[in-house]
Amino acid sequence: MNDEQLFQLLGTSVVACPTLLLTVLGVSSLVGRPLRERTASRLTQGAVATGLLASIGILVLMLITDRRLVELDMGHWLALEKQHFHFTFKFVFDRLSVPFVILSFALCGVTGAFASKYLHREPGYGRFFVLYAMFLLGMVVTSLAGTIETLFAGWELVGLSSALLVGFFHERSAPVRNGLRVWTVYRVADAAFLLATLALHHLAGGGDFGGLMGNSPWPAGHAALTTNQALFVGLLLLVAAAGKSALVPFSGWLPRAMEGPTPSSAIFYGALSVHLGAFLLLRFGPLLEASTLLCVVVVALGLVSAIFGALAARVQTDVKSALAFAALTQVSIIFVEIGCGLRYIALIHIIGHACLRTLQLLRAPTLLHDYHDLENAIGGHLPQQATFWQRIVPAALRRQAFRLAFERGFFDTLLGDYCVRPFLSFFRRCDAMERRWTNFLAGQTSRNAAPLQATGDVADDIQ
Amino acid sequence: MTELHLPWLQLAIALPALGALSLIGLRNHAATQRRTLLCSGLSLACAAGAWLDFGSLHAIAAHDRWSIASRLFGVEFFVIDELNAPLLPMAALISFVTALATLRTKFRHYPFTISLLSETILLATLSCRHSWGIVALLAISVLPPLWELHSRGKPMRVFAIHISFFVTLLVAGWWLVERTTPGTASSSLAFGLLTAAVLLRCGAVPFHCWITDLFEHAAFGTSLLFVTPMVGVYAAVRLLLPTAPDWALQSLALVSIVTAVYAAGMALVQRDGRRFFCYLFLSHSSLVLVGLESATPIGLTGALCLWISVGLALTGFGLTLRAIESRTGRLSLSEFHGLYEHTPTLAAFFLITGLASIGFPGTIGFVGAELLLEGAIGVHPWICLLAVLTAALNGIAVLQAYFRIFTGKRYFPTISLRSRLPERIAVLALAALLLGGGLFPQPGLTSRYRAASELIAARLERLGQRSAMRAASD
Repeated sequence: MNDEQLFQLLGTSVVACPTLLLTVLGVSSLVGRPLRERTASRLTQGAVATGLLASIGILVLMLITDRRLVELDMGHWLALEKQHFHFTFKFVFDRLSVPFVILSFALCGVTGAFASKYLHREPGYGRFFVLYAMFLLGMVVTSLAGTIETLFAGWELVGLSSALLVGFFHERSAPVRNGLRVWTVYRVADAAFLLATLALHHLAGGGDFGGLMGNSPWPAGHAALTTNQALFVGLLLLVAAAGKSALVPFSGWLPRAMEGPTPSSAIFYGALSVHLGAFLLLRFGPLLEASTLLCVVVVALGLVSAIFGALAARVQTDVKSALAFAALTQVSIIFVEIGCGLRYIALIHIIGHACLRTLQLLRAPTLLHDYHDLENAIGGHLPQQATFWQRIVPAALRRQAFRLAFERGFFDTLLGDYCVRPFLSFFRRCDAMERRWTNFLAGQTSRNAAPLQATGDVADDIQ
Repeated sequence: MTELHLPWLQLAIALPALGALSLIGLRNHAATQRRTLLCSGLSLACAAGAWLDFGSLHAIAAHDRWSIASRLFGVEFFVIDELNAPLLPMAALISFVTALATLRTKFRHYPFTISLLSETILLATLSCRHSWGIVALLAISVLPPLWELHSRGKPMRVFAIHISFFVTLLVAGWWLVERTTPGTASSSLAFGLLTAAVLLRCGAVPFHCWITDLFEHAAFGTSLLFVTPMVGVYAAVRLLLPTAPDWALQSLALVSIVTAVYAAGMALVQRDGRRFFCYLFLSHSSLVLVGLESATPIGLTGALCLWISVGLALTGFGLTLRAIESRTGRLSLSEFHGLYEHTPTLAAFFLITGLASIGFPGTIGFVGAELLLEGAIGVHPWICLLAVLTAALNGIAVLQAYFRIFTGKRYFPTISLRSRLPERIAVLALAALLLGGGLFPQPGLTSRYRAASELIAARLERLGQRSAMRAASD
């Protein structure tokens, strides 16, 4: 077997493992024959371990053969030859995708092992692992995508599994409402991504990254777009990235997402999915190079989000929310690094931050025990000392900053009051008008259901 | 014209009609359902046979062997071509799975005879290429729902008023189209009437209240059969697309995109399950009409793909909703029902079909939506923007409904709520098509592309003839 065949074999294994896992877990649930806990857990461990070994194998082989780009072309998924219209399924292994996919497998493996104990005999055990497999597949596809359509497919899988996992605990309404909130922000981000995809297809004639940014291996490359085109597409991608990474003004969903089970919070919002926005910008790095203004916007957004995250993290009253905002701060700094063109630094920052945050979130349920142990060890309460900022910032300004941080920047309130509520009120009024109109036509009451109210309505979930 | 090897079309159309006749006087409800399933299943087999037979002929269009219509009237009413070849099995499948997924406890209430008659008319409409034949069949197709509303003693004025307008506009419009010279004021009036008729039948805003009213008062199954095959789109493709001036198609697209956004917004605020479904359907079906306007091969291919995907996905979605409704009564979305523990399979199907309808990657809807947007972006970028907004809103609405129905405090019913085997088979078949078509879209895409190319060629030919006539008259 030559190198090329080995690359193909390993590359196919990396993608096939999570695909098979999702197929087996999903189909067994769909036909009403869910697998036993132990079987599901072992299958998951097997799939993740195989995928991880295969991806490490590719890394080793790339280092040995000194290749910086390996392509796994699955051929045209869709083709209209006469219209020169193609959708290609292609995966690329390069200096960006290989570390990211190894990180995904490693952290998913750790979290999967943790979850198999943590969720033992939980009613939704099987459901968790189906969604986990969907998330893993989404992460792998997104990381390795060689075309923008492939990336979009993975991106959507990650979004859906994340939203469903936030609402994992079905019996309480708060997780479910928060799951819907996450989904709503993701849909806005996805809409921006879809528009960017269409714009790139239209402007560059296809979605292949090779055609869009040259065939040079990452991070080299040159965008096949003009400055203005790059700015337009880049801004759409930035909206998508900001939504996925919970940057300002979409940051409200991140602490809400912590309502999900701890393993999913750790892996999705602390470690992997929250970095996907940064990954997207790294993948489209040549677009940033083509437009200085776009870089400035990325840096500005990153700075604002980092400051906000740092402030908000200090006033949270529960550990998972504090960790969520701490994660936001780091992700925002990663955006700043990307905007400044420091791509390798950003990649290393992502890997380090994801590992640290996974550990912290997995330890979060035992935080009180850890504190007690620490206090027992030192024989008293932990010392509370004023920080540098507390000493130099005036009290009035600190109070205002506290309020801003405590209310999470008022972003949720502003979005609710000025975007969601007027939108829903308009449609409620339309519904009332329709009711009157059909009553008039029917000559009697034409509906069974009561009129829509502004409160207690289904739409309140997303306000 | 090429002949099929067997009279597939006539058999597919006649079998449900014969079934309906055989049900007259039958009092045993279980026997009624069995006979309905038999006739509908055979009809589905014949429709699929027609599609396969047509595919093997490699012809542009074909008609039945031993055609009775051509012998009696000298006109070939029922023809299969690239456009309707997959639509016929789709329509037959919708009818079959709707009957199959009817619970035994609902046998007494479900109008099997009416559903068989509706299937006959539906298949006849989709097989018909003769203009007046389509007009007549579209007019007749409104009778079964009217009959059902009447027999149930439900209010029928809203439906009757809209449908009367539709029939009047359709007949007057086509009558004028045939009698006026293209480019004149009377011709514009004719196409205006015809466009209004199509919009009315498709439920475009502000002529959509009849659909919500129908879902409110008729059986869920009957309403599904009446709307999900989207015969209004068929009328647009057969009657408007070949001859209508550009302004008529643009008006159609404009009203349709407004409807798509409006219905998506309305779906978000609904608290009744059926009304929610209704607006979701309206939003998606309007997008199909939007694609017709672009009249580019890619845009039109997208619209035709979306037609099939929306038809299948929303039938599955509707059947899932209907299965839940038959266990809980009319479904309110104001509260959390907590049904997941009892109906995990239905929950999964609800999600799959709902996501397929919004064009989630990996489902059949993704291909249609992508092509539609790809076609639209070159012609009208703002239509593309609104279509993306519509998809986003519909996505939120689907997950919101999912959470409302399947999550919440655990519900302790006195009887088992698990889905029955026929229900699972019905929705599983649709889910398999949705996922299979999404993962391997090329065969379906090729078929829809050929249909789109033929439609565009026919339109260009007609418009060329019209220009030549105008030049000659000048």
